[in-house]
Amino acid sequence: MKTTSFKKSRRDFLVTSAGTGGGIALGFHMPSAFAQKVGAAEAANVNIWVAVNTDESVVIKYARSEMGQGSMTSAPQLVAEELDADWKKVRIEYADTNQHVRMKRAWGDMASVGSRTIRMSQEYLRKAGASARAMLVAAAANEWKVPAGEITVSNGVISHAASKRRTTFGKVAAAAAKLEAPKDVVLKDPKDWKIVGKSMRRIDIPASVNGTQKYGVDTQLPGMLYAAVAQCPVFGGTAKSFDDSRVKSRRGIVKVVSIDDGKAVAVVADNWWRAKEALKDVPVEWDFGANGNVSSASILQYFKDGLVAPEAAVLPNRKGDTDKAFAGAAKVLEAEFFTPYLCHAPMEPMGATVVIKDGRVDVWASTQSGEGTLAAVAGALKTSTDNVYVHKVQAGGGFGRRGGSNDFGRQAALIAQQLPNGTPLKTLWTREEDTQHDFYRPLAMYKLKAGLDAAGNVVGWQTRIAAGSLINQLANIPLKNGIDGPAVEGFDDFPYEVPNQRHEYIQRRTHVPIGFWRTVGWSQTPFAREQFIDELAVAAGKDPYEFRRKLLENEKKPLGILEAVAKAAGWGKPLPKGVFRGIATTEPYGSFTSAVVEISVSDQGAIKIHRVVQAIDCGYAVNPDNIAAQLQGSTVFATTAAMWGEITLKDGRVEQGNFDNYRMLRMREMPKVEVVLAPTGGFWGGVGEPGQAPFIPALCNAIFAATGKRIRSLPLKNQGFTLA
Amino acid sequence: MKLTINGRAREVDVEPEMPLLWVLRDVLDMKGTKFGCGIAQCGACTVHINGEPVRSCAYPVSAAVGQQVTTIEGISRNSSHPVQVAWVEHQVPQCGYCQSGQIMAAVALLKKKPRPSDTDIDSAMTNICRCGTYARIRTAIHAAAGGNAAAKKA
Repeated sequence: MKTTSFKKSRRDFLVTSAGTGGGIALGFHMPSAFAQKVGAAEAANVNIWVAVNTDESVVIKYARSEMGQGSMTSAPQLVAEELDADWKKVRIEYADTNQHVRMKRAWGDMASVGSRTIRMSQEYLRKAGASARAMLVAAAANEWKVPAGEITVSNGVISHAASKRRTTFGKVAAAAAKLEAPKDVVLKDPKDWKIVGKSMRRIDIPASVNGTQKYGVDTQLPGMLYAAVAQCPVFGGTAKSFDDSRVKSRRGIVKVVSIDDGKAVAVVADNWWRAKEALKDVPVEWDFGANGNVSSASILQYFKDGLVAPEAAVLPNRKGDTDKAFAGAAKVLEAEFFTPYLCHAPMEPMGATVVIKDGRVDVWASTQSGEGTLAAVAGALKTSTDNVYVHKVQAGGGFGRRGGSNDFGRQAALIAQQLPNGTPLKTLWTREEDTQHDFYRPLAMYKLKAGLDAAGNVVGWQTRIAAGSLINQLANIPLKNGIDGPAVEGFDDFPYEVPNQRHEYIQRRTHVPIGFWRTVGWSQTPFAREQFIDELAVAAGKDPYEFRRKLLENEKKPLGILEAVAKAAGWGKPLPKGVFRGIATTEPYGSFTSAVVEISVSDQGAIKIHRVVQAIDCGYAVNPDNIAAQLQGSTVFATTAAMWGEITLKDGRVEQGNFDNYRMLRMREMPKVEVVLAPTGGFWGGVGEPGQAPFIPALCNAIFAATGKRIRSLPLKNQGFTLA
Repeated sequence: MKLTINGRAREVDVEPEMPLLWVLRDVLDMKGTKFGCGIAQCGACTVHINGEPVRSCAYPVSAAVGQQVTTIEGISRNSSHPVQVAWVEHQVPQCGYCQSGQIMAAVALLKKKPRPSDTDIDSAMTNICRCGTYARIRTAIHAAAGGNAAAKKA
C-alpha cells in the first residue's frame, strides 16, 4: 500500500505507454510489470479501473464476481458517475485475477460475499472515477493551455466554455494516461448524481436471454476431457480402493483416478455423460472413518447440551445483571429455537475447467472469489499463485457456496494434474453430489429468556446460542474470546433497549462442513430474536409493532425502517376475515430491513401468503430496480428455507440429494411481494442478503397470529404446515 | 443419428440412450441449454420437440430422431422474440442460469395460449429459479402476450 516505487513504476509506464495508475490517490501499490491490454489497440489505461478507447468506449473494470446480485452493473455506476462518462458508452470487464495477485491485490477485495461490493468498495471506486476524470481534464487543459478549473465534463465530452472548445475522452485519453494521478480528489455531492441512483439496466442480462451467457460449466476448449466425481458419502472418509474393470474399455472412458488421499474418485471421459454413467459402475470401497454413525439425532443432542453447558462465552455488550432482573420480574418467559443445516443449491452445479501446461495453470470457474479460487488451485498444485490464471465468468447462482471453500477449484486441479501436460479438463458435479457435499448453513440452537415488569417493560434479556463457527471451522481462525461473529449476528449489536442483557455463544463442531449461506447468521438469528420479541409483546398485552417501536425509540435507523414498513403495509388497519399479519425488523450488512407478511392458514395447515411487504434502508440506493429484484429474490429464497429447507444426516451422510427431496419454491407458490425502498442517505448498506433476514420471523409471527402456535423449529413442513 | 436442430440437419455418432442435453452441450457445443438436476425436476434444460417443451436431461437422443428440436439458440435471431424482448425490458434474470429453460417454457406456453391467465402461467411455468425471479417472469409473459396481440392487430 506504499507508494515508494512510484518513480520507477512511472518510468515503466512511459516505456510501455500502457497507462498510469490511480496509485497515489487510491493508496494502491502499482508494480512495474503493469502492461494491460483492454481490447482496442489504441486503448489508453487512464488508471487500473478506467480505460478509454479511441472509439470513445469506456472500459470500467469490475473486480468482484457476478452471480445475479447485479453489482457488475452497480459498482461500475459509481466509477462512471465520478468520471462523468456517457453510460451508453461504458463497457464492463472483469479485472484479471493473475495480474491482481502479481500487483499485490491492486484491485482490492475481489470477493462477492457479505453483501459488500458496494458498501466496501464505494469509496475507492468513486475515487478511481474522479481521479481518471481529473487526468482527462488535465490533458485537455494542457492541450488548450487553459486552467483545468474552467473545464466541464458531461457524458464523456470535455468542454471549455470561454474558448468554446470541446473534445472527448477518446481524444485526450492517451495524453491523460501519461499524467500523474491527482493526490486528492473531491467526490460529488449525492444530489448531483446522474448515474448513481438510477435503475441502469443490468449489463449481463442481454446474454442471459439468448443462451450466450457463459458460465463456468460452459467452458469449451479444444481436446477437452470431462470428469465426473464421487466423494466419500461420509464427510472426512476416504477411498480404500476402487475397481475400474467394468468401465475402462467402455466408449470414451480415458481414466479412473482417485485424488486428494482418496477423498474422491473421478472418471475422466470424452463426454461428461459417459463419465457420469461409468462412475455408477465403479465400485469403491470407502473407509468412512469415525463419522459413519453420526445422525441428526446425535447432532441435535450435542447442540442441546450446548444450551446449558457452563463454558459459553459472553458477548461484550453485556449490561446490568440479568439474574437480578429476572428475580424481580413480574413475568419471565423462556423459549428455545432450532434452525437446521441448509444446502445452497445454486442452479449451476459445482465444477471448474483446468488446463495445466508447462507450469502455467488456467482455470475457468464460476466463483464468488477469483483470488480465493486462484489460491486454492495454487495450493492444491503446490505452485506459486503467479502461475495460476483464474478466468472469471458469470456464476449460475452463488449464495455463499462459491466463496469460502473453493473446493471445486482445488478438486478440478487435482484431477487435471493426473492427465498429460496441456490436457484441458472440465470437472462437473451431479446435483446429488452438489447437495451431499456442500458447506452447509450451520445448524444453530437458541435459548432465550426475558423478564417483564408489571407495566410490560422488558427488564432483562438473556441469549444462549449453540452453533457452528464459520470463522473457526471453515476459515480455520482461532476464535477471539470464544465468539464467532457470524453466529451471533443480531445479538452482538442488539438494538432493543433493555437495561439488563447477557448474550452467550458456545461453539459446536461436528464433522459436517459448514459455510457461508446467503444472509449467514442473519438468516437464522432473527427467527429466534424477532419471534421472542413478539412473545414478549403478547405477554405484555401490547401490539407487536408498538412494542418494538418503544424498545427502538433511541435507534433512529432501525426505528425508521420499522415505521416505513408498518406504514406501507397499513399496520393496524383491519384485514379481510381470516387474514393475519406478522412483523419483524433486522439490521443486516450495514442496512436496515423490516417485513410485514399477511397470511391465512387453513384447518389443514395450508399457509396462503397473501402479501409480503419488504422495506430496506440501505443508505444510498445505487440501482433501485436491482435492489427491488434482490428483495423479491430474497423473499423466495427465505420462503423456500422456511417451508422446506433442511439437510439431515443418517449414518454420517446427507439424506437429501436432488430437487425432488430438497424442495424449491416454484412459480405457483410465489407470493405477492411489495418492495419499499426507503434510503435515508449518508451511509452505504448491502442489498443482496438483507431482504432474507426479517422475512421468516415475520411469517412465523403471522402464523402465531393466525393459529396461536409458536414456531420453535424449522422447516415448517415438519410442523404440520404446507404452502397453498 | 440424424437430428434436426433449429431447422438445421445435424449428424451425431453417440449412444442412443445419451440424453439430448449432453448431445447438445458436449457433442454439438450448443451451450445455451443448461444442466441443473438431471432428473427433469428443474427445467434448466428445456428445449422444444415439435414445439412442445421437453426436459432434455431425461430425453434420450434417439427419441429426437425425425423430430424438430428447437433450443434457446433457435427461437430468434438477435434476441428479437417477444419473450426475449420482454425479459430484457422487465429485467427478469438474476444469475440467468435457469432463464434459457424459463424462456423456452414461456415461448411454448404463448404458442398454445397467446393470452395466458395467471393460472395458465402457474401450470405451465414449473421450472425452478433459485434467485427467485418468478414475479418478473410472470410480468414479462403478460407483457410478451400483449406485444403479440398488438403485432397481430397491426
